[in-house]
Parts: sequence; structure tokens; C-alpha cells
Amino acid sequence: MRRGRGNGTVVGVIQLHELTKRYGRTTAVNGLTCTVRPGQVTGFLGPNGAGKSTTLRMILGLTEPTGGTATVGGHPFRAHARGLRHVGALLDAGDVQGGRSARAHLWALARSNRIPRARVGEVLREVGLDSAARRRIGGFSLGMRQRLGIAVALLGDPAVLVFDEPFNGLDPEGVLWVRGLFRRLAGEGRTVLVSSHLMSEMANTADHLVVIGRGELIADESLAAFEARGSHPSVTVRTPSPAGLAAALAAEHAVVTAQDQTLTVTGLRAQRIGEIAFEQRIMLHELTTHAPSLEAAFMELTAGSVEYQAGETR
Amino acid sequence: MTDLLAAEWIKLWSLRSTWLGLLCSALIAIAICVNASFADLANWASYSPMTQEVFVPVWSIRDAFTDPAGLVLMLAASSIGAITVVGEYSSGLIRTTFAAVPARRQVMAAKVMVVTAVFLAYGTAVSAAAFVLSQAVLGGKGVSIGYPGAIRAVAASAVLAPVCALIGMGVGALIRHTATTIVTSTALLFLVPRLLDSRRYHWVAVLHDAMPASAWDRLTETAAETAVNMTRFPPTISGSWAAFALWSLAAAVATVLSVHRRDL
Repeated sequence: MRRGRGNGTVVGVIQLHELTKRYGRTTAVNGLTCTVRPGQVTGFLGPNGAGKSTTLRMILGLTEPTGGTATVGGHPFRAHARGLRHVGALLDAGDVQGGRSARAHLWALARSNRIPRARVGEVLREVGLDSAARRRIGGFSLGMRQRLGIAVALLGDPAVLVFDEPFNGLDPEGVLWVRGLFRRLAGEGRTVLVSSHLMSEMANTADHLVVIGRGELIADESLAAFEARGSHPSVTVRTPSPAGLAAALAAEHAVVTAQDQTLTVTGLRAQRIGEIAFEQRIMLHELTTHAPSLEAAFMELTAGSVEYQAGETR
Repeated sequence: MTDLLAAEWIKLWSLRSTWLGLLCSALIAIAICVNASFADLANWASYSPMTQEVFVPVWSIRDAFTDPAGLVLMLAASSIGAITVVGEYSSGLIRTTFAAVPARRQVMAAKVMVVTAVFLAYGTAVSAAAFVLSQAVLGGKGVSIGYPGAIRAVAASAVLAPVCALIGMGVGALIRHTATTIVTSTALLFLVPRLLDSRRYHWVAVLHDAMPASAWDRLTETAAETAVNMTRFPPTISGSWAAFALWSLAAAVATVLSVHRRDL
């Protein structure tokens, strides 16, 4: 199988161009343009209802775009008569029939794509379901169904893999395993696109982020660049003489908010705050730096585009 | 395409409900026919001389193709046929299926072929067993397969199963909702013929005779029974076969074509 660059076209690239989907008067996805590259894990983030699943379904040809195009390796996915060797996908762990055994479910899918039956055993072992192969899917937990869905995605050994909310229902061990799997697949030069509504799930998994809100692109950049967008680091200082310290910090152009004996400082690093306090002979009880979190950056960025917000009328 | 046929075959047998439904309905339909023969033997003495006179073949051959048995066969075939399509939609499996095989019409064509073959085998087994066993029970009052019209009746009963299974699939592919599909296909097969059961107008009679249940009635009639059942606008043998063919074709086309442009 060819992976990476060849003959000018990149085999595993997912390309969205002005991708749009409207349902009546509701616009689910609006003019989305971005490129998902091989060799890295791309996190596809957005609040609930941002249009992530609709976008993934358009990539897989399950939903017809109202406008624009979605291509994989330069072709619309539906140009392929059989899909599993091109794109492996886990869209919804519930997209199975409960009466069938895990093994039979995979047998049928493998057979439809001319994948040898032995491969079914391989992927079942890989996702840790070999002991449950003969059991009916109806009796599976959500975590087991996620593993089965991942097995389906791996079945055709594809260059492109798409996962919609794969962490839902997984236990901590499962989350770690899935992260390792995604890193390994990307390391093998494959394109790995993973959607999530939780930033924390992406922090240790993704190299690159595509963030959408209300169907529109908000950010398309590396994880590091995204991190730098977020809130500036703040420092919490607790001191018996807050007024004196606040004045001294303000003199150095820091922004200070005070509450009793606790100051929250931005614009100065902890080291400099300690030096100022030492120079002013002010005693400190606490000096803590709060690193900018991806979570905070994500919340800040998508604050204007959250579709369903609790406790607030819009 | 052979791979898709094999995949659909795996899907069909790997659901316990499919083959349990086939097995149970087959046994019930056969049992109904055998029981009809036993009932005739038990009630023989109470039949009028005229009934006794025409018993062979009018009543004896009817024991192999009783209405309740036909009802069981049609209901089982249309429901199980519908489930092969609508079960994928209601569970969401259809998205997994079409993501794996973007050539959607090929998937549905393979499903149509597998379901048709399975139900043809099922229908043949049920109708052959019902004929042989019910006539064996009647002993001297039974008819052999060589009796004029007998082979046609067995063949029509065998074909009735795939016709109804295809109708279930077609309705399922258009409606995609389990309960609504079962109610609609059941109404189409059993209720509509009753609503059209009038011989006042020619066109109503034609519509009535074009329904699968009516066509089956006509095809399982012997010449002697047809002579008794004199009506206006009598249904024809060829018309009844044509009805089977048209229903099957329309249902198969609906099943295959309805999936192409649909959002899932």
C-alpha cells in the first residue's frame, strides 16, 4: 500500500472545500475548508451540535453535502465500490445489530470487501475482544462496542482512519490503549481523524487540531499553536499584606485582582512576583502558577458558538 | 458481486431470529395442513353426499393449501423479508454497511438475490411437505402430485414466499421504520384484497385478482373448483402468474433504487 506522498498527490489526505450541509433552515455545516494530513493524529473538536458528526458522514459519503466537496486522496469516497481498504471508520458504536455475534458482524463486513477471514481474528485480538468473539453484540457494554467499532475500522488496513467520539464509554485502561493505538497508526504514516467534544481527551492524543463551532471553522492549527492562544498564565499569591503587594505589582504593569488576602496576578511570572515581594519585604504564604490549559483555550474559543448552554437564556 | 452475496448470506443466517422465524412458521404452516386432513377424516361421516362426491379433488387438494397456512407463510415471509432491510435502518447498521460498501445499489441487489433464493427454498420445502403429508394422511381420498393442477398449486405456494418477502423488503426500503413497515406490508397483503373483494366493476375485480393472495388462491384452484366458483370477470392463470412477477419486480426495483441518494 502506498502511504505518504507519491506522484504529486498525497494518498491519505482528507480535503474539505467549502463543505456545507443544510437541513431546511438549519445549517449544520457552513463553508468548511480544511486539510487533514497523514502521519499525524488530527483532533476534530467542537461543542455538542457543532456539526462534527455531519462532517464525518459527508466525508464517508453517507450524507450528501448541500454544497462544496469532501475528498479522500483526491476522490469522493463514494467513487470507491468498496470502502474498507481506503477509509476505516467508527462513526457510532451503536451502528450494529445486537442479535449478531461480534465475529459474524466482522465476517460479513470483511467478506463484502474481499478481506480474508483470518483478518477478523487479527483485529479482534488487536482490540482485545477475542474472548468475546462468539458473544452477541447486544450484550456488549458501550466500551466493548467502541472496541468492536475500532476493529471494523482496522479491518481493511486503510491509509485513512476516522473515529467519531471513540473515547465515549471506555474505561481508563481503554482510553490509554486507544491513545496508543492512534499514535501508532499515525506513526505508520496513516491519516487519523478523531472527533471529540472534550478537549482533555485530545490533549495527549492529537498533534493537530481542527476546531469548529456552529458548523464553522474556528481553528486549524498545531496543538502547540492552539495552546498559545489560550488565557495567559495567571499566578495566585497569598500574603498577609495584600494592599502593599498589589501596589508594588501594579507598578510593574501587572493586572491584579484582590480578594481578602489572595491576589490573582496576570502579566508577571511567579519568579518576578517573588523577587518584588522579597525587595518590598512582604511575606508570602503561597505562590502558584496556573498554566494555560487547552481546556481553557477551547472554552474561550468556542464560548460564542456553544449551541446548548446550561443555565443561561440566549 | 459474489462477495456481497456471501456477505448478505452471512448476515441472514447469523441472526437467530431469521432462522427461528423460518423454522417455526414452516412447522406451523405444515401442521395446519396436516391437521386439516385429519379433521376431514374425522368429520367424513357428517359431510353431505354432495360434498363427499366432489371431495376428491376440490377438498382434498385444499387441505394442502389451506387459507390459514397461506396466511402464516405470507406473514412470515413478508415480515422476515422486511426485517432484512428495516433491521439495518432501525439499528443503524446501514451506516456501517454503506461505509464499508459505498456501492449501495449493489448491496441491496445482493440482499434481494439472497432473500429471494432463501425464501424460494423455504416456500418449496413448506409447500412440498404440506402437499405430501396432507395427502398421505387422506390416504385413498388424497390426490397425487400428478393430478391436473397439483404441480401448479405446489409451485404457486412455493413462489408465494419469495413474492411476499420481496414485498416486505420493498415496503421496508421505502418506509425504513420497523412497526410502520410491518403494518403496511400486512395491510397490503391481507387488508387491501378484502377491500377490493367485489365483482361489480371490472377494474375492481382486476385489482383484486392482481393482489398476491388472490393470485395464490387462483393458482391453487383445480379445474373442478374453478367450475364451482363461477364469477363475473373470472381471474386467469396467466394473469395470476403475471401478478406474482410484477409484484416481485416492483418490490425489487424499489428496494435497490431507493437507497442511492438517501442521507443516512
